[in-house]
Amino acid sequence: MIGLNHYLLLATILFGIGVYGVFAKRNAVAILMSIELMLNAVNINFVAINKFIQPGNTVGQLFAIFVIVVAAAEVSVGLALIISIYRQKKSVNLSDFNLMKW
Amino acid sequence: MQNILQISWIIPVLPFLAFACIGLILHRSPKGSAALSILAIGASFILSVLVAIKVFSGNPGQVFEMSFRWLNMPGLNVDMGILIDPLTAVMLIVVTTVALLVQIYSLGYMKGDPGFASYFAYQSVFAGSMLGLVVASNFGQIFVFWELVGMCSYLLIGFWFGRNSAKNAAIKAFVTNRVGDFGFLLGILFLMIVFGTLNYGELAVKIAGYDNMAVLLPIAILLFFGPMGKSAQFPLHVWLPDAMEGPTPVSALIHAATMVAAGVYLIARAFFIFSQVPQALILIAAVGGFTAIFAASIALVQNDIKRILAYSTLSQLGYMVMAMGIGAMTAGMFHLMTHAFFKSLLFLAAGSVIHAMHDEQNIWKMGQLSKKMPVTTWTFVIGALALAGIPPLAGFWSKDEILLGAYAGGYIGLYVLGSLVAFMTAFYMFRLIFTAFFGPNKEGHHAHESSPVMTTPLIILALLSIVAGFVGSPFMNNIFGHFITAPGAVHHEANVSIMVISSLLALAGIFLAWLIYQKEIISAESLRQRFSGIYKVLYHKFYIDEIYAWLGKVFVDGGARLLEWFDLKIINGAVNGLAFFTGWSGHTLRYAEDGQVQTYALYLFAGVAILLITALCAVFAAVV
Amino acid sequence: MGITLNDVVFVGVSGLTILAALGVVLSRNIIHSALALILAFLGVAVTFFQLGAGFIGLVQILVYAGAISVLIIFAIMLVMNVDAAQTNSPNPSRATQLWGALVALLLVIGLGGAIWFSELMPVLGPLPVADAVGAIAELLLGNYVAAFEAAAVLLLLAVVGAIILAKGVEEE
Repeated sequence: MIGLNHYLLLATILFGIGVYGVFAKRNAVAILMSIELMLNAVNINFVAINKFIQPGNTVGQLFAIFVIVVAAAEVSVGLALIISIYRQKKSVNLSDFNLMKW
Repeated sequence: MQNILQISWIIPVLPFLAFACIGLILHRSPKGSAALSILAIGASFILSVLVAIKVFSGNPGQVFEMSFRWLNMPGLNVDMGILIDPLTAVMLIVVTTVALLVQIYSLGYMKGDPGFASYFAYQSVFAGSMLGLVVASNFGQIFVFWELVGMCSYLLIGFWFGRNSAKNAAIKAFVTNRVGDFGFLLGILFLMIVFGTLNYGELAVKIAGYDNMAVLLPIAILLFFGPMGKSAQFPLHVWLPDAMEGPTPVSALIHAATMVAAGVYLIARAFFIFSQVPQALILIAAVGGFTAIFAASIALVQNDIKRILAYSTLSQLGYMVMAMGIGAMTAGMFHLMTHAFFKSLLFLAAGSVIHAMHDEQNIWKMGQLSKKMPVTTWTFVIGALALAGIPPLAGFWSKDEILLGAYAGGYIGLYVLGSLVAFMTAFYMFRLIFTAFFGPNKEGHHAHESSPVMTTPLIILALLSIVAGFVGSPFMNNIFGHFITAPGAVHHEANVSIMVISSLLALAGIFLAWLIYQKEIISAESLRQRFSGIYKVLYHKFYIDEIYAWLGKVFVDGGARLLEWFDLKIINGAVNGLAFFTGWSGHTLRYAEDGQVQTYALYLFAGVAILLITALCAVFAAVV
Repeated sequence: MGITLNDVVFVGVSGLTILAALGVVLSRNIIHSALALILAFLGVAVTFFQLGAGFIGLVQILVYAGAISVLIIFAIMLVMNVDAAQTNSPNPSRATQLWGALVALLLVIGLGGAIWFSELMPVLGPLPVADAVGAIAELLLGNYVAAFEAAAVLLLLAVVGAIILAKGVEEE
């Protein structure tokens, strides 16, 4: 009785929470964590659709693996950047990084 | 002699060639220019006489036409060509005769003038244009020459361009004519659109069976605008009195005999259109009649000799137009011919007087000129008698035929009006004569008679004024009417009582003028004071010029001011507003860049959300 | 059909995951957020297991809940300069918060509505693939070998880049 749309709905809600987290927090690491939530939601999507629509072909799972790989790379680089900025500004609040202001 | 008609196209061309030669080559030689110009118009005169002989020895309906296609566009075909029929032949004779005599006269009048050569150049180009107008075979061609004569009129009125009054008069003439020509052109275009052709013959055939009044009436009225402007009918009459600023021979030729007659000629030519539209004819008759009495009343109190003659011309043109309107097209053309002769005579004689009085034009400063200038005086008197309509001079026959047409056609109101105008005409002409030539004032004693080169044309014109009327009289069985007629024109049997009444009226007018101005039994001064209100209005020409100036100020200047406001406030405002808006939006929008990454991410996600929702809605709408 | 155990487990696990996610974004203490994040990852892993993707679930636990979460906590430790309880305060700009909430809501409702009202409800529980790992391996080294190699290069780049960035430039 739990069908595809339940899984997709779960993914959507996770995604929405992740989107909210990007805007609601000012700590850079927190924002990275919200982005990870979004990526996980996408993964759920991939695997669920793969299972329900085309169970014989595991391409969806493959893509989920790639997403995880990229997420890992992105997190490491992102955190390295944050540490680097912290050295300069002694802060990780996004509101302090306003060099792009007019 | 079929060949004479074949080469009749030379008649307008010769004066044009003379103009070109004078303009390009001969302008340094005054005598050469004059000689060439007179030679050209003389040759045209001889050719016109030959053409007339050929035409009048044939039968009245015969028409000679030859043309070639000049402009060929989809929807617009204009030919250039010659059309010779009795109407054209009459006009050719009139124009070439008067033009030749005026040019000979000008040898004496314009002697010593620095612009002598260019004067004859202008005279030639005018003659060429007028002749071209007269032989035109279609409305397009007549319009071209119509405008050309207008241009020549401008050049000749403003000939002494050092004078401000002359410059202004020339502009006034041209602009007023423009108003008339605008309507005329609209009428022509209308004709082109509805009937597809502008040729007189073809149009006559097409219109004869056409009975859609809603189309013909506007065409007729618009076409009538042309004569209203060119022949100076009310309300476009204002330019003619001011046109007296030009040299007197010019006034004689253009503003008495030929150019102003072009309008009447056009009505005669286009009579096949007008006769189909009775309302248009009524309008024409009304305008003509009103102009006649309007101008005559103003002439009663003018003091400048040329102005009196100018208003007289206006009045007589009104007569001609009125004649056309009541259907008496023959009478109108007849009066055009006789008027050309005696009015040009009057003007040339007046020019002789002005010349002798060293450019004095006020009749109260002249007097007893008869003692020193007999030829001028007596030719002037003959001209005045002809104008007043005393039998057996030419004017009597033509004016009488118009009055006959009014009475017998049932237009009693116009008959009474015409008779009243005849009385006034006689009165003001002899007011002029008694004051300037006879009368108690002795100031004319130092004048002397003009040279033969000036008096000979006077004598010739006086002779014509005497005999030219006979071709339309019952004595010759109205041979004029035999040839000059059109479908829709009316003819009436001669009525002796009308003739007697009109002659008596003219004599009464002369008698009254004699009483007041010669014998001074009734004092002019006391009359002036008793009717001072009317006198003031008449003297100021019914204040028409002032009214037009005021209208111009209100509408033209007012319109200009409105447009200026519009341009400054609205158009400039729009452009400046656009610039201001750009700046303001820039000013305001820069706050969108606050340097916060999350704000930028917000814009991004908002865009994604909107796109998504839109796409989903589209898909769902399509599915549902 | 009745309510199966599967359904109950799904509801429980998904609810847990959602609560954990909320904890990530609403918590004021960043350590709490990180721990909630680990819980969320674990929840997602269980979901994968439920979907029959055992390999993916294990990879999720290994990589996400194991490596990435540790990495995050290390980073947090390195950049913590205030009291732990204040490290994760909300965005000072109220406007951004509200608009962000709105956009998120819009996305959820839009997508959710689309999903729910579409004809996409195969309530089938088809047979899971017998050997998922083998199938993935075949694809990875077969059709998608280029992507595989590229992913490897990417990881290398990420490692090198992270080292350089984190090490910083020495002051001359």
